[in-house]
Amino acid sequence: MRFVLKTNYGQDVNLFLHGGQRFWYGLLALVALAAPLWLEAFYLGELALVYIWAIAGVGLMLLVGYTGLVSLGHAAFLAIGAYTHAVLLERGVPFFVSVPLATAFCALVGYVVGLPALRMTGIYLAVATLAFERIAAWVIEHWESVTGGHFGMRVQEAQVLGLPLDTPVTFYFLCLVVLALCLLAALNLLRSPTGRAFIAVRDSEISAQSVGIDLARTKCASFAVSAAFTGLAGSLFAHKIGYLAPDAFTVQTSIQLLLMVVVGGLGSLHGVIYGAIFLGLLPQVIAFGRDALPSWIGEIPGLEPGLFGLILVLFLVFEPLGIYGRWVKIRLWFDEFPLYRKATYKRQRSYLRTERVR
Amino acid sequence: MPRLMEVLQLLISGVSQGCVYGLIALGFVLIYKATEMVNFAQGDIMMLGAFVAFSLGNLAGLPFAVVFVLTLVIMGGLGMALERGLLRPMIGEPPFAVLMLTIGLGFVIRAIAGAIWGNQPRALDSPFAGEVVELRGLIIGYENIAIVVGTAILCLLLYLFFRFTRIGIAMQAASQNQLAAFYVGIPVKRVFSLVWGISAAIAAAAGILVAPVSLIDPLMGLVGIKAFAAAIVGGFGSLPGAIVGGLIIGIAEQFVGLYLPAGMSEVSAFVILLAMLFLRPEGIFATLQQKKV
Repeated sequence: MRFVLKTNYGQDVNLFLHGGQRFWYGLLALVALAAPLWLEAFYLGELALVYIWAIAGVGLMLLVGYTGLVSLGHAAFLAIGAYTHAVLLERGVPFFVSVPLATAFCALVGYVVGLPALRMTGIYLAVATLAFERIAAWVIEHWESVTGGHFGMRVQEAQVLGLPLDTPVTFYFLCLVVLALCLLAALNLLRSPTGRAFIAVRDSEISAQSVGIDLARTKCASFAVSAAFTGLAGSLFAHKIGYLAPDAFTVQTSIQLLLMVVVGGLGSLHGVIYGAIFLGLLPQVIAFGRDALPSWIGEIPGLEPGLFGLILVLFLVFEPLGIYGRWVKIRLWFDEFPLYRKATYKRQRSYLRTERVR
Repeated sequence: MPRLMEVLQLLISGVSQGCVYGLIALGFVLIYKATEMVNFAQGDIMMLGAFVAFSLGNLAGLPFAVVFVLTLVIMGGLGMALERGLLRPMIGEPPFAVLMLTIGLGFVIRAIAGAIWGNQPRALDSPFAGEVVELRGLIIGYENIAIVVGTAILCLLLYLFFRFTRIGIAMQAASQNQLAAFYVGIPVKRVFSLVWGISAAIAAAAGILVAPVSLIDPLMGLVGIKAFAAAIVGGFGSLPGAIVGGLIIGIAEQFVGLYLPAGMSEVSAFVILLAMLFLRPEGIFATLQQKKV
């Protein structure tokens, strides 16, 4: 742990605490910018997908990790963003107008979905969002004049600043820039009163309320912001897959998104990135494994979701703080080298007394 | 009166479908009531139960009654093992973690079932399959009768168990206040194991009963989501509520399927759920008070 002696107020609002952070994040940015120089087109595409997952993950992390509201329906926002963007493109709306419109529409839908969240907690909310996801999927399947129903719809080619989007390099840079802007937006949001209100609501609704935080507004805002980020990711995702069909957005997608934030580490933006890398790499690893292992293992139906589930279970039991949490622990171990105490991160267990009357 | 007959016919199939939802919902509610955990893998445990019965009945060739009892015992044991191995370390963790854990568990169970039994739908040999009773023009399948009667018997047994046996009352105590129950000497951990066992056995029974109506395949557990909706409509935490909620959703689905545009019936459960959450989030048989500090 490095303690910074603060000598002026500006240091309190700096995004980077000290020069070391500035150096390492700068290096990371350079590596990301230089990736097209040394990566093949296929891997560049996969990396762009990781960025898209990360953008959606930022949204879900704000909701689940920072506001403490669980959503099993984020695939719906991804789908709504993707379809809105594709439909607008089809109507001749330029890319730079269509994406903000899709994002804004998702924010609006998110706000409406957030309304019942005021009355629900925990599992009720999770199930309500799940129901919302099923209904949204049904609407997409049956609104054939706009979405093409089961047959799906082609996403029109778009141009960004005069460059066609279908080249991997252009698309890669687009995703990278959008992700960087999203991370910046999320970081700034979390330092603002609204973001701090999110965290207060997560930690204790009652104490948040007693210091004057409007629960209703905060929860709805969180849902809207989260849906907006996910919708933005959806509109990029539409270009990535090129052809939209209802089966690209299922409950399983929602759960993959949740898996991403849980495996990455709830309550940190670093966790989003780790989770997105994990989610992007896993199918590749499975594909590798398929070739290497005996064929009967590779032919098991539902192997991939099963592995996702298994990893989720293992993380929840053994490392609930996720990859980022593990990294923080390892760093602390080195920092305090001979004096690290195992109990540092031991969590307080809470035993339950229900409010049931009978 | 063909109109009335049609309504009655729909009612019958709705009730039998609703009983299946209700039975799975019972499993949800039992676990939630006792341990305050939500088991999203309940539908997949039902699927596993149906496959176990399939292996015992069709492959090993045991008589149906033996299959039924043996399946309940095996699945009960499995439920207890799951609790002991996976859920016990999670006691005292936030509910969200348990929710995610059971979702993950559901995926794992589905993959395992796919690996063992394959993906093609199987039919279970059952004495109820195929036969029908005709009653003044109403056609009622034996399997539907079996589902309704089976549900009624299970509910009665559960009622007696919770009302009159020592361990049943201990379960009620543990569900009201874990710490206080522990202080007065109730073996809370063993009670939790038992609850998981019972709810897995109920799910298995639901699986066996529904097998003649819908074939067995690894994805049959997805009705668990609808059963979950049933549990919430009935008021999460209320056992009669689970059955009533199941019946409401089962019957509504049948009528929506006939009288409203095609495809509406698959989402009707979720529409009812959302409407319920808007209007009366505590469910029909409310068991939750307004949360206090």
